[in-house]
Amino acid sequence: MNGEITFSQAIREAMSEEMRQDPNVFLMGEDVGVFGGVFGVSAGMLDEFGAERVRDTPISEAAIVGAGLGAALMGMRPIVEIMFADFVTVAMDQIVNQVAKARYMTGGKADVPLTIRLVNGAPGSAAAQHSQSPEAWFMNVPGLKIAIPATPSDAKGLLKSAIRGQDPVLFFEHKMLYGSTGPAPEEEDVTPFGQAAIRRAGDDATIIAIGGMLPVALDAAQQLEQKGVSAEVIDPRTLVPLDVDALVASVAKTHRAIIVHEAHRRAGPGAEIAAILAEKAIGSLDAPILRVATKNAPFPYNPDLEQFILPTVSDVVEAVEAVVNYRL
Amino acid sequence: MISPPNPVELYRRMFLIRQFELRAIHERRGGLIPGFIHSCVGQEATAVGACAALRSDDVITSTHRGHGHLIAKGGDPRYMMAELAARSTGYCGGKGGSLHIADFDLGILGANGIVAGGIPMAVGAGLAFQMRGEDRVALAFFGDGAVNEGAFHEAANLAGLWKLPVIFFCENNLYGEGTPQHKQAPIRDLALRAAGYGFPGVIVDGNDVMAVYDATREAVERARRGLGPTFIEGKTYRYRGHYEGDPMIYRSQEEMDRWRQRDPVHRWRQRLRSDYDVNDEVVRDIEAHVQQQLDEAVAFARASQPPPPEAALAGVYGDSHDGRVF
Repeated sequence: MNGEITFSQAIREAMSEEMRQDPNVFLMGEDVGVFGGVFGVSAGMLDEFGAERVRDTPISEAAIVGAGLGAALMGMRPIVEIMFADFVTVAMDQIVNQVAKARYMTGGKADVPLTIRLVNGAPGSAAAQHSQSPEAWFMNVPGLKIAIPATPSDAKGLLKSAIRGQDPVLFFEHKMLYGSTGPAPEEEDVTPFGQAAIRRAGDDATIIAIGGMLPVALDAAQQLEQKGVSAEVIDPRTLVPLDVDALVASVAKTHRAIIVHEAHRRAGPGAEIAAILAEKAIGSLDAPILRVATKNAPFPYNPDLEQFILPTVSDVVEAVEAVVNYRL
Repeated sequence: MISPPNPVELYRRMFLIRQFELRAIHERRGGLIPGFIHSCVGQEATAVGACAALRSDDVITSTHRGHGHLIAKGGDPRYMMAELAARSTGYCGGKGGSLHIADFDLGILGANGIVAGGIPMAVGAGLAFQMRGEDRVALAFFGDGAVNEGAFHEAANLAGLWKLPVIFFCENNLYGEGTPQHKQAPIRDLALRAAGYGFPGVIVDGNDVMAVYDATREAVERARRGLGPTFIEGKTYRYRGHYEGDPMIYRSQEEMDRWRQRDPVHRWRQRLRSDYDVNDEVVRDIEAHVQQQLDEAVAFARASQPPPPEAALAGVYGDSHDGRVF
């Protein structure tokens, strides 16, 4: 390890290191060049790599993603940025019908090494069209992989895996994590997909925390410890592929499961995870599987209302206490 | 530079496309082909003329009406027929069908089930060529319906802005599914769209294979020289319905008869005789050979096995996650 870096730096380092060693890697998106990315993630990259490889694009999400696909089919390894994950709807056909299916519908012949970076998350009074966490929309589309890092180390390692891989990846970056710090990985530390990380070991309940909810879950686990409840916190790191074995093993130990995510509750990632646990671990469970997630309303502008619909540390604490105290 | 096209070869390809389509329709009725077909009968000259101006290392994206484009770019009728018949020997192993045939080795990036869906992909291929300093071009085929889709406009703007080596080839067959073109856009000459994106828009008789070739050759040269895209509108007509089985209540017999007077295949057959001194015997030999080729294609498809059930879960991803992750 080389000291501490921020989540944002980690992403920049992953892109820059891959671009230094592979001329086929390039970045394009709205304001990624001169502006350095609206959240500053690609700051300085234009100076190092030039406007050919750090491309400012028009505000044209379908063309950005579609051009990324075409370039990927021709052997490039594009990284495209969707400035706010909410804007991905403009590129929905390209992602769902073109990118995701290019390999399968051509009989498995096409490699699609395309990384789509999307900035998700609240709060910030960004309201209904700049705050969403739409990961689950894409979990229903075979052919896409979905990474959702929660630490700087994983942000770097998972992004490197995505860039070097042969499949399209949606890479969700929670905007509230950009300033978070953590140990920096070595340059060649590549985080494989489909391997969850146990962030805190515990015996009484498993908290499965996704992306930006990891700090919330860890705070909750700390509070629970003071109350004598030992919570295990697991970070899936990738939603597709999902490390089912690790989740099932944890639940076999703790007999209780809570899923925490910032995506909306209805049919969010937690619905799929809960269904998998019900299918594979029902015999281990001593309580219902609970979900702690954003309430089913669009994100309101008013900060108090926004806070009201978002999952909080105390929501997680309450959910864990509920399952620990549950009696059949 | 490519050498001028061989007039006889142009005819062979157009005749092959025409007969491939008729054969596929026949075999679909006979039960060999389970899915839908959007036939391009009547539009052979746009496919053949445009692809004759391309090199083998250039690429195309195609449409739901793509059989002609694929054959014109060198697609093998055996693997195409096998794909239509959903066999494992087909271009996509029987998993894509008519709408998704691709052959990356031939520069065919795929037919497409979504109107305008392939256009951004062609722009991305052009971007890769430009970034690597290659003098290859990408040609996107699309219909008149596609110019009203957002993906076309975003892609055209990007290609114009970056002067990418892309040819936007619009086959204006006057109908977007069952609605006439004039009820779908406020302009009749769709090449006008190009002006808004800063590149030339040219109109060509889409039923004249040599006119199509000439227009495309000029666009390709322009693209290879780094001068950016061209929009070519080939005015043409589809003889059959939007799909096989379409009742075609939206157009008149008179209109259809009028367009048949300008049939691209028959016209070129006559010009072979009148302008190129090709005698009827040569033409008949070609036609007989094409029929034999299609007999073989159908026999190949019939003799091929369907994919095994487990193939349904293969090829979703490129690595070991395949079929395991869900």
